[in-house]
Amino acid sequence: MAAQAKGGRQATAAPTSPYAIELKGISKAFGPVQANKDINIQVPRGTIHGIIGENGAGKSTLMSILYGFYRADSGQILINGTPTAIPDSQSAIRAGIGMVFQHFKLVQNFTVLENVILGAEDGPMLNSSLTKARKVLADLSREYELDVNPDALIEDLSVGHQQRVEILKALYRQADILILDEPTGVLTPEEADHLFRILKGLKDQGKTIILITHKLREIMEATDHVSVMRRGTMVATVKTAESSPESLAELMVGRKVLLEVEKGPAKVGQTVLTVENLSVKDEHGVVRLKGVSFEIKAGEILGIAGVAGNGQSELLEALGGIARASGRIALNGTNLPLTGAKANGQTRRAAGISHVPEDRQALGLIMDFAAWENVAFGYHNAPEYQKNPLIMDNAAIWADTEKKMATYDVRPPIPSLPAKSFSGGNQQKIVVAREMERNPDLLLIGQPTRGVDIGAIEFIHKQIIALRDQGKAILLVSVELDEIMSLSDRIAVMFDGQLMGFRDPETTNERELGLMMAGMNGKAAT
Amino acid sequence: MTKLPTWADVVLVPLISLLLAAIVSAVVLLSIGQSPMEALSVMVEGSVGSAYAWGYTLYYATSFIFTGLAVTVAFHGSLFNIGGEGQAQLGGLGVALVCLALPWPHWTLALMAAMIGAAVFGAAWAAIPAWLQAKRGSHIVITTIMFNYIAAALLIYLLVNVLRPDGQMDPASARFPEGAKLPQFADIPLLQNLFAKYGPDGAVKLGKDGLAVYEQVPANVTFFIAVAACFAVWALMWRTRLGYEIRAFGKSEKAARYAGISPFKIIMVAMLISGALSGMMAINNVMGESERLLQNSAEGAGFIGIAVALMGRNHPAGVFLAAILFGILYQGGAELGLWTSIPIELRTVVQGLVILFTGALDQMVRMMLGVFFRPNRKGAA
Repeated sequence: MAAQAKGGRQATAAPTSPYAIELKGISKAFGPVQANKDINIQVPRGTIHGIIGENGAGKSTLMSILYGFYRADSGQILINGTPTAIPDSQSAIRAGIGMVFQHFKLVQNFTVLENVILGAEDGPMLNSSLTKARKVLADLSREYELDVNPDALIEDLSVGHQQRVEILKALYRQADILILDEPTGVLTPEEADHLFRILKGLKDQGKTIILITHKLREIMEATDHVSVMRRGTMVATVKTAESSPESLAELMVGRKVLLEVEKGPAKVGQTVLTVENLSVKDEHGVVRLKGVSFEIKAGEILGIAGVAGNGQSELLEALGGIARASGRIALNGTNLPLTGAKANGQTRRAAGISHVPEDRQALGLIMDFAAWENVAFGYHNAPEYQKNPLIMDNAAIWADTEKKMATYDVRPPIPSLPAKSFSGGNQQKIVVAREMERNPDLLLIGQPTRGVDIGAIEFIHKQIIALRDQGKAILLVSVELDEIMSLSDRIAVMFDGQLMGFRDPETTNERELGLMMAGMNGKAAT
Repeated sequence: MTKLPTWADVVLVPLISLLLAAIVSAVVLLSIGQSPMEALSVMVEGSVGSAYAWGYTLYYATSFIFTGLAVTVAFHGSLFNIGGEGQAQLGGLGVALVCLALPWPHWTLALMAAMIGAAVFGAAWAAIPAWLQAKRGSHIVITTIMFNYIAAALLIYLLVNVLRPDGQMDPASARFPEGAKLPQFADIPLLQNLFAKYGPDGAVKLGKDGLAVYEQVPANVTFFIAVAACFAVWALMWRTRLGYEIRAFGKSEKAARYAGISPFKIIMVAMLISGALSGMMAINNVMGESERLLQNSAEGAGFIGIAVALMGRNHPAGVFLAAILFGILYQGGAELGLWTSIPIELRTVVQGLVILFTGALDQMVRMMLGVFFRPNRKGAA
């Protein structure tokens, strides 16, 4: 790679310390909130170091300090043994640090190549940079299994490929230390596995990787060391091989956590939901859901497994009254409208269907609305929220919000705070509280724990089981196979808009389900 | 960017923006060889210096409140209604048709009927772009702009060929009947003493009938309707289900669909309310002031409403204050043309600068202020 860029970097030639990164006594406060308290951490060169902690534990703040977005109030950063000031992200890049954000910073209508050189052009004319980048990219792709078509537009790439572009961007800028912030939050299981293979390859080449996550499985799978953060402090740093998911979870939350869902046998009752030959076309006329039929009985959880984008979203949207559909949906024997003005979220709620959507930020919440306004969202016509036919009873909604926040342990319990100010887990608790407390006959719940921390996952799973035990029908859609297997009473696998078959969670296994998710009939393959 | 405390955001930012606009205006005045101080004193004296001056300022402000509220309601539904001008002209047509229809026995009856006429005509003019947006996806900015032109052409046609009385030269409707005359400020008992004329001896001037003579100002009872409209819009947006749905839809159409809120209904209703508010501006200028329908009756107030809503942060209280400010600029600018050799076009320049600084560049001010409000910049690192 370009020699001139290498010359500009600090302390790569003769490392004096076995540690790529050392943080000493880092503290950072935002007003009264102490986000980081006296953090000490040592990351040996050529290892993958995991940092776990619940949402709000201070992981992102710490990495933002390392990448120059914030300045620490006190403390010292050592890169390869050299004390280094990182006042901005340019300095971080010069020090050999690359960051892959949870939400990608890519220009959607630029090609991969253009995105990679953006901000790292050699001069005013792009041709030479593009030629150079094309060659570098080809080398990197070969070396690390990072194959991406350099001429593809970002908007045409899958999420997994977009993430690879972010990694390539960092490597193109000569990063030796790579920070990944919740990298698997948006990936399918296969994509996540591929990512970990890439990271191992990078490690073998001597790169140092910091992996921020709250998924214990990923920590166990990919890291050499793991540091646990809780409420702004570094609780422990241990060798991954010498720890267990249970002990890490306990360190994270500060108490014993049940990783396995406890549930008794299902007491199945009458059929609640009947779906027959349900099909959905998207706005471009492409058929996304192709004649799906199933039933859910009272007191039963039907889990839909599948790789994201195989029609699960359309299924939820058709049942929730958001998407137009054809076929038949019957709730407790009564047919529900699938097209026309009557097919909407209001009539579905009135019929007894609650819906925790897959994408809480785009669908389930108005991010600019206060928490109390969001608690009424979708139920703003409910009689208990009206003062008179004209005026809403804001005080009643507020009181209800305080009650729900207490029951569901939403933190901070401040009804006036806008939804966007809550962490992912607490946002989800607001949605779950709103939908479950309606006491629905049927609960639709999509990706219930996506981006949610361990403590909240345990809580949400318990709520789902409790609702089942009250005799409600539940349709669970998740891309987390663990979640499907531990919660469901029956599992259906979706592929290409169709159901590949039903399985009993007691007798099936991940391998069989994985094959079905890839479009193969599991039984035939085993 | 640092988040400013609310008081700084609401009070300090507009004040500094206004100050910046004043400084640049002063530079412009100096560059054409005029005295900024003289211009300022003429503007202030002429717009807020006397009850008479306020009588004009509040007249303009009344129109701006209606058009500002119109933009506000649509904007909360994420709809940019540029068509206030055309809707206000159509509102004028509604007022004229109502006022000319009957020999009204009392102004209160005429006012109520004219309000309905103005609102219905304004809303109807907004309904077509709204329907095109809701059903066909035609962008409301484009269609409402086009409907301004159509409205202007339609009114010229109607004024020349239909509404113009025989023998009258100018394109205008007949004068409204006496019963449709709205009380102006000088006709309102509680206010009229403010507008009494005084003779050279300091005594109140008396007319031939022995009664006091009052200076006539265009500000009229419509001002109080505008204030009530501010309150009504606030209650609508933040206290009713409809307002909740409009705001939710405006923030996220996808989420609104999830909640079962019909996009078609919200687009239509928000635009109908917006058009009705624009139309009701005609109560002020057509019924309250000119007392007949003139060509180009709205005189640009529909467009000023956009600036008013922008500066007022799409909140009725802010719209009220911004409308008064623009009333001051309008009236003060007119006085400039009257009493100084400063060209009247400069009024437009000053208004443009105010819009530029308060509307378009307020983020710049906010960023500059952010430096002072940043919590504890000192860092070790």
